[in-house]
Amino acid sequence: MSTTTAFFTDSTLCIGCKACEVACKEWNGLSDDGFHWSGNSYDNTGAVGHSTWRHVKFVERAPEQGIGGNSPELASWVFSSDVCKHCEVAGCLEACPTGAIVRTEFGGVFVQPDICNGCSYCVVACPFGVVQRNQDDGRAFKCTFCYDRQKVGLQPACAQACPTESIKFGPIEEMQLVATERLQELQARGMDDACVYDPTNTSVEGLHALFLVRGDPRQYNLPPHPEVPTVYNKAGWTSSAVAAGLLLFGSLFAFLGSAKR
Amino acid sequence: MSSNLQDRPTPEHTDWARENRLFELRREAERKGYVDADSVRIAGAPFPKASPESGYYGINLLKEPQWSWEIPPYFFVGGAAGAAAVLGAIAHWTGRDQKLARDCRLLAAGGAIVSSALLISDLGRPARFLAMLRVFKRQSPMSVGAWTLAAFGSFSGAAAFAQIAADRYGLPVRMLGNVAEVFSAAAGLPFSNYTGVLIGASVIPVWNEHIHSLPIHFGMSGLNSAVGILELMGHENPALNTLGIGAAAVETLEGVNIEVSRKPAAEPLKRGTSGFITRMGGILSGPVPLALRIAAAFAGNRSSNQLRKAAAISSVAGSMLTRVAWVQAGHVSARDWRLPLEIEQKKELPFIAAAGKPVSKMVKRA
Repeated sequence: MSTTTAFFTDSTLCIGCKACEVACKEWNGLSDDGFHWSGNSYDNTGAVGHSTWRHVKFVERAPEQGIGGNSPELASWVFSSDVCKHCEVAGCLEACPTGAIVRTEFGGVFVQPDICNGCSYCVVACPFGVVQRNQDDGRAFKCTFCYDRQKVGLQPACAQACPTESIKFGPIEEMQLVATERLQELQARGMDDACVYDPTNTSVEGLHALFLVRGDPRQYNLPPHPEVPTVYNKAGWTSSAVAAGLLLFGSLFAFLGSAKR
Repeated sequence: MSSNLQDRPTPEHTDWARENRLFELRREAERKGYVDADSVRIAGAPFPKASPESGYYGINLLKEPQWSWEIPPYFFVGGAAGAAAVLGAIAHWTGRDQKLARDCRLLAAGGAIVSSALLISDLGRPARFLAMLRVFKRQSPMSVGAWTLAAFGSFSGAAAFAQIAADRYGLPVRMLGNVAEVFSAAAGLPFSNYTGVLIGASVIPVWNEHIHSLPIHFGMSGLNSAVGILELMGHENPALNTLGIGAAAVETLEGVNIEVSRKPAAEPLKRGTSGFITRMGGILSGPVPLALRIAAAFAGNRSSNQLRKAAAISSVAGSMLTRVAWVQAGHVSARDWRLPLEIEQKKELPFIAAAGKPVSKMVKRA
């Protein structure tokens, strides 16, 4: 088996305890992000960012019989722990001009903090809005896939702290298999709206952090067609060449047509 | 008695920032009748929802660009300097205007210095710019751009330095300056427009939707401003007016292109503050200088120069505004969660009205 690892986050097992958020913050020594009350269900974190690398999403659903033995009268909740997707083709990695963002031997996408120069181009290159510049520090930060822990054979802090094994971690082939099997199991139990989010049909070419969610992935802010911005490069440089041609030949035309001074 | 005293803020125990916040809240409540803040729901408003129609509580999925104020002027200065290097080299090698060629060298070198200063200021520390030159990645427009800036800065600097050394001190470096001038122009060609590729090759919908036209738009905007600056420096070569007409014509077309676009991603270019700045920039760099310059081409010598000065001021201001507008539109576009989620635009939803302001606190802090 390859050394490439992956997360598989199963929202049907998540209980919204936010142990992963806390574990991540503690292990990685991340600062707080404001203690705001959002009013959006029980999610006061909002989104992943430079100081939040795991984020539990709270999606409230209409009353229905859930798999956890929910009462049919009560609104059901779905929780899903979001994280950097460690894309197979990563926009941030492609865009990074310094080579600070690298792919590790575990297949994760890692920002080397001693090289990052804070140009923040990765911020507008991530189709999932994960990586962010810390404006106080000046550099960009995101989930490291617990590179330090993986180096010594440990699993990432969030997976370690998860009490329900909603966050699973292991070799990517195994995680893909587990996800498929889990989906089949849930569908066999009548949960038709479950799906695995892994956009392999886009230029992202698949994720190293799979998600099993119920319902339309868009309500979890998971985009239907995430694209790596390098897909626009060809059109951009073609247009740049046209602009250069206009400038060059326009100037030649204008000056050759004018009198000597 | 003593407990009462403890409840009252005394100057040394008061957090004035927090105390002032209370006054702010009171003023806002008095003015509007309600307080607009996170987690405060106006009576009658729908509950925030995560759904296929509203996304995840209308929180933006994409992160807003985090460049500081230096970046729009950087785009402007780079565009003008790059175009000036090309103009200067052609004015020189066609033998048409040596005085203009000399000023172009100075303008290009000055622009390169200001560009570098702006970029370094955005990065925070000078040493950070060096990290740009660790590697060359052709798939990263930022990397290509950083190397272009480095090359442009070196060659335009050498050309200008040789010019001054030869003119003032009679040093035998004219040949060296001429060679540097050619390389400076070669780097100036991409340097004047690469910023269009830079923002176009991103995930921000309003930017990548315009990837085909942005580099041409920015390149011609750069030419427009270079011509304007040279005219304001006192140059009256009619070739500059011809180039100004061309650039303003392309900018006018680009403006029309934006106005007739029905794509949802183009909305920030037409609505709100970013739309207003885009239109102001478009008018000042397109139709206004175009009309003035065409009039100047047919006018008598004296009024022609006045018309050209007016066109120059208009296009320089328009060029700067255009860069501010595009960066601003990128911010608005990033906040619009409907675009990456491919959710149809429904303008009446109160959710979407609220989406104009950053909902995520992390974005707000940033």
